[in-house]
Amino acid sequence: MTEERRPIGVPDLSLVVLVGTTGSGKSTFARHHFLPTQIVSSDVCRGLVADDENDQSATPDAFDVLHYIVDKRLAAGRLTVVDATNVRGESRRSLIGLAREHDVLPVAIVLDVPEGECARRNAQRPDRAGMPGHVIPRQRRELRRSLKALEREGFRKVHILRGVEEVEAAEVVTERRYNDLRRLTGPFDIIGDIHGCRSELETLLGKLGYALRRDESGRPVDAVHPEGRTAVFVGDLVDRGPDSPGVLRLVMGMVASGAALCVPGNHENKLGRYLKGRKVRVTHGLAETVEQLDREHTADPDFVERVRAFIESLVSHYVLDGGALVVCHAGLPEKYHGRTSGRVRSHALYGETTGETDEFGLPVRYPWAEDYRGRAAVVYGHTPTVRASWLNNTICLDTGCVFGGRMTALRWPERELVDVPAERVWYEPVKPLTTEAPGGADGRPLDLADVRGRRIVETRHMGRIAVKEENAAAALEVMSRFAVDPRLLGYLPPTMAPTATSKEGMGGGTADGGFLEHPAEAFAAYRADGVRQVICEEKHMGSRAVALVCRDADLARERFGAPDGASGTIHTRTGRPFFDDVQLTETVLRVLSRSIDGAGLWQELDTAWLLLDAELMPWSLKAEGLLRNQYAAVGAASRAVFPGVLAALEGAEARGVEVSALLGKQRERASDATAFTDAYRRYCWPVDGPDGIRMAPFQILAAQGRNLATALPHDQQLALIDRMIEAEKSAADGHGARLLAPTRRLIVDTEDEASVAEGVRWWLDLTAAGGEGMVVKPLQGFVRKGDGRLVQPGVKCRGREYLRIIYGPEYTRPENLDRLRVRHLGHKRSLALREYALGLEALDRLAEGEPLWRVHEAVFAVLALESEPVDPRL
Amino acid sequence: MTITTTGTAERPATDLGFLLHKHPDKAQRFSTSYGTAHVLYPEATAERCTAALLLEVDPVALVRRGRGKGRGGAPDSALAQYVNDRPYAASSLLAVALSAVFSSALRGQCKARPELPERALPLRIEVPALPARGGAALVERLFAPLGWVVTAEPVALDEEFPGWGDSRYVRLVLEGEPRLADALRHLYVLLPVLDDAKHYWVAPDEVDKLLRSGEGWLECHPEQRLITNRYLARRWSLTRSALERLELARLAEADDTEAEEIDNAIDNAIDNVIGDAVDSATGEPAAESPAEDDGEEGSGQRPVPLAVRRREAILDALRGAGAARVLDLGCGQGQLLGALLKEARFTEIVGVDVSMRALNEAARRLRLDRPGQDRPGQDRPGQDRPGQDRPGLDTGSVERKSSSARLRLIQGALTYTDSRLAGYDAAVLSEVIEHVDPPRLPALEHAVFGAARPKAVVVTTPNVEYNVRWETLPAGRMRHGDHRFEWTREEFRAWAERVAERHGYAVEFRPVGPQDPEVGPPTQLALFRMAAEGGDGGTDSRSGDRTAITTKEAAA
Repeated sequence: MTEERRPIGVPDLSLVVLVGTTGSGKSTFARHHFLPTQIVSSDVCRGLVADDENDQSATPDAFDVLHYIVDKRLAAGRLTVVDATNVRGESRRSLIGLAREHDVLPVAIVLDVPEGECARRNAQRPDRAGMPGHVIPRQRRELRRSLKALEREGFRKVHILRGVEEVEAAEVVTERRYNDLRRLTGPFDIIGDIHGCRSELETLLGKLGYALRRDESGRPVDAVHPEGRTAVFVGDLVDRGPDSPGVLRLVMGMVASGAALCVPGNHENKLGRYLKGRKVRVTHGLAETVEQLDREHTADPDFVERVRAFIESLVSHYVLDGGALVVCHAGLPEKYHGRTSGRVRSHALYGETTGETDEFGLPVRYPWAEDYRGRAAVVYGHTPTVRASWLNNTICLDTGCVFGGRMTALRWPERELVDVPAERVWYEPVKPLTTEAPGGADGRPLDLADVRGRRIVETRHMGRIAVKEENAAAALEVMSRFAVDPRLLGYLPPTMAPTATSKEGMGGGTADGGFLEHPAEAFAAYRADGVRQVICEEKHMGSRAVALVCRDADLARERFGAPDGASGTIHTRTGRPFFDDVQLTETVLRVLSRSIDGAGLWQELDTAWLLLDAELMPWSLKAEGLLRNQYAAVGAASRAVFPGVLAALEGAEARGVEVSALLGKQRERASDATAFTDAYRRYCWPVDGPDGIRMAPFQILAAQGRNLATALPHDQQLALIDRMIEAEKSAADGHGARLLAPTRRLIVDTEDEASVAEGVRWWLDLTAAGGEGMVVKPLQGFVRKGDGRLVQPGVKCRGREYLRIIYGPEYTRPENLDRLRVRHLGHKRSLALREYALGLEALDRLAEGEPLWRVHEAVFAVLALESEPVDPRL
Repeated sequence: MTITTTGTAERPATDLGFLLHKHPDKAQRFSTSYGTAHVLYPEATAERCTAALLLEVDPVALVRRGRGKGRGGAPDSALAQYVNDRPYAASSLLAVALSAVFSSALRGQCKARPELPERALPLRIEVPALPARGGAALVERLFAPLGWVVTAEPVALDEEFPGWGDSRYVRLVLEGEPRLADALRHLYVLLPVLDDAKHYWVAPDEVDKLLRSGEGWLECHPEQRLITNRYLARRWSLTRSALERLELARLAEADDTEAEEIDNAIDNAIDNVIGDAVDSATGEPAAESPAEDDGEEGSGQRPVPLAVRRREAILDALRGAGAARVLDLGCGQGQLLGALLKEARFTEIVGVDVSMRALNEAARRLRLDRPGQDRPGQDRPGQDRPGQDRPGLDTGSVERKSSSARLRLIQGALTYTDSRLAGYDAAVLSEVIEHVDPPRLPALEHAVFGAARPKAVVVTTPNVEYNVRWETLPAGRMRHGDHRFEWTREEFRAWAERVAERHGYAVEFRPVGPQDPEVGPPTQLALFRMAAEGGDGGTDSRSGDRTAITTKEAAA
């Protein structure tokens, strides 16, 4: 008899509770069948807290420790065996509670060994020799009372081993959980909600490359992929649509043949309960299914029963591909992956709701995906959205086919989306698939909690970046009152630090000697950062403009929610529309779009939209208010005052009053004021509509699917832009005003003295001819230092005359220059890096098609940071 | 600035030197708090004597002074500029220098020749670059009543860009025959008044000195109110604008924009005080139109301002809706909040605005606690009514509301959904929607009617048809510079009905203000009520499903 092994099934993630009196052989049993580390023993815990495994007074503390260890092991998803008598209901109850809390199955193994045998064993152990004689009989009484109650208490499996022989014959067999398909590595094609749209499903499977097999009536009953791919259905096969039986027949066939896996949706669950004769409300499209099945029943009486059995067999979620992929119907937080409980099943089928209902009376779903940080990708359906998009490594594939949307599949591991349009609206949605509010198409509209108060934004290039409350408050006002629609606002440019302050001409040199900024410092700084190749780009003196250019207005509306007729937007560095005149914006956008087209960039970059960073000139176009009230005003006042001043001084001098020093100084001041006026006048000219406007794009920030700011080095960027400029030139054919202006550039090797000297000369020539200055950037664009920190993406080096506009007409006077050299760049540099990282983050999120609130979060943070207190002249 | 007088052999013009206490044959220099002042005489004969006062302002010191504690000078950002007209213009700084350099002349004292100060002199005063807010006309209005013959020529901003027009500077020549001390006092007071700079204020005690200099002429000056108000306004800006708008000012500066263009949620107090005949909250002409005057019974009575009528109409609507817990969305400076607080039926009132400046102003007006700040006059009688705790101002994420407070102010933006706004009896959008760009209205509709879902919503907005009845409003101009649109009655009706239909509300319309037979009332009001009372209702077929819905039954 002892030869015959008795298999004891234990799920591979469970809490095994051994039950038996003292001396029943639990510890021996545990050691024999489980790893030592899987066993948590009350005796050992007693020893841990009291240095004596039999010190009964230490029992409460020992169980605290035991529960603590069990809790930690279950949270980590490890099979755990509790070796304690567990003969009392209350001690088991706390363990069942722990198992439930962690959504693992509690299993009881009872060692029902006769009293005499237990006593005999105890007597052999010196440490237990002194045990009172009534202990074992009492425990046996409690055990016998417990036996019947175990299942009711919540144990999902109960194994009772009666007598020594059964105990010795037992063989623990680890059972894999049904949801654990980690061994399957695909590749998979995960298919979103179908809702009886059989025809679209056939089309989608065809598009995915599956060959359909049909029965004699021509109905599809299986589909096989020639490369052996596996389809995975996320559920909601049935209800609402025209042919739920047809969908079931095909999917059941695929699952049966091994071509597909399927998890249940809430609609299958409800249909299953209906088919089992339970009372359910025949709503939400179930009526259609019931009617279709009734018709089916007459032709094929077994069909309905097969459906019932199929639904019964479905497992609520699957963990696939080595744990990298989780598929379920309604999404699943990480703590439930691979777990087994009613709660997990409910979550997988219905998702979590907040308990509120929305304006259409539908439950408000808890946005679990926004908090998801898990390693596994979660692919699900359930919530109809306009388009499938990744959010925190999760993606919802329900694109509302039955409501006239699309049916969507995800190729795994390629992460490619494949979809087909609905043939028609099969079922009117209770609520529209999307609200008109920005972001509605991506799951949910923007919420104030996305941006308000003190916030931390996670960036891939710089980690966590904090936004202070007062800065967010200011940004909120500008964003909501003045900025363009957030859907069109995918990026705001970061601020840029100037080069380190020049020491050249320090200590009162001649009027010509002093520089506040000089390229030598810029080159030296990049050399120190280990950046060898830098590009010097001419700095255009206009106003910063970011242009979102779409190939046509239809695309702009569809992808970015642009208003009718607009093919994009042009906005300032704080997100305000650049032009008040919508028509003028469109005119400029059209020129850009034609130039991109003419340069062949739509095809080359495989995109239908581009985001451009540019400078729009003249400065007077946007800054006229500032010019009138500040710059020109200062010039006007100076021109009004000096003739009188000089006349008075000359008069006094003529009278023999000693004023020559004062007169000399006033003459110099007058000439500084003239130089100042000349400086700002260079950047002003009248415009008439589009005529006179020049735009110098200097970077292509992003395209569909790609953040080009990190992907393309600056010389390649500018080469693409040169082609746009050429395209405009050849299209204009010699007539008409031209919009696009080139950006002059020079590549400098920071290690090569001659090259550096050439860079300095280039800058001197540029600024002597009235140029604002230049920006020095690492040629590669995105660069990290040896220690992993980000390198400044660029530093500006402004010309001597230009800086009069910043530091005042008389800043070059030695006594002023020496004081102005005391400037603190630290905060500006830090700010420039933080804004840069946030800007890149926005571009990444935009290019990857993340939901609007994710893009907006990063863009908003750039704006908020712009209101930090930094010396505005830097 | 030059002061010229003429004379004769008996009364030589060079007496000016005695009066000013500065010798005509010397160039003298004086240190003042903003730079060096020079006094010299380009001409000095018995017939004609000219004294020139030249103030060399140090622009770098101006920006850098007073950093840190107290911020007596310029604060850190947009308010401080190296590109500054102070070194060139005859600003308030020149007035300060004037008082320092010519202090005895200003007091009318002359030790050497005590009889001189009482004598009226033929004077010609030239100020080549006088910053004059209000232009040449105001210069004339300020100086002419004092007996001056005024020549004020505007200075062009830039001859190369004639399209930019004139600068705010005028070249001023004053001619007259006053006593020198009076002439200096006129300048001492009126230069800063005309300059009206926000950025450079004099110390509080100097304000008193300035006002003392007005003795004898200011009290009977026809522009006395303007003159005093500009001083008070300057003190106001010292206490508040410097503190509250820096973040916004920086954002404006990042965009090459003036701070005023962005930080315009509440009107500048200076305008209010001067009284540009505009309702500060709405921008509507404060005086009611003639049409209304005709319609009023008992002519001669002052017409009720439209803003008051609007508040009454809103309160009526709220009372009718039985609302107790009310949101004022876009509460601005809190005029409506004040009215709501007066009625005990409104048990919970939340004011929401995107402008922190407006919220701070509302908190001040409604005497709410402001974080970390003691306010004067807290213990005024009647302020703490029985049963009413001090309401709190929520400046951000920290809820500062005490348990029994009825009023809370929070910053919010209606283009975002906001869970804090859910579950109220009523929301008021008074003169708010027209400040939202039309493409962003759907976001507001969703946030208010879709997400916050109060049981009732009151919306008021201008009726653009009525604009023709305001004579002061140029044809085609909107009532407020920040209005993004103004609707006709039909446009408003169409919008409101679409929103009501889309979100399950019933809507009715009410006129506010005098009904004009042709163009309707000046303000239109829409009252939205949720289709079925009690919140989640809806009389359509869905409601049956809805009440029985459990989480598990919920449809995908």
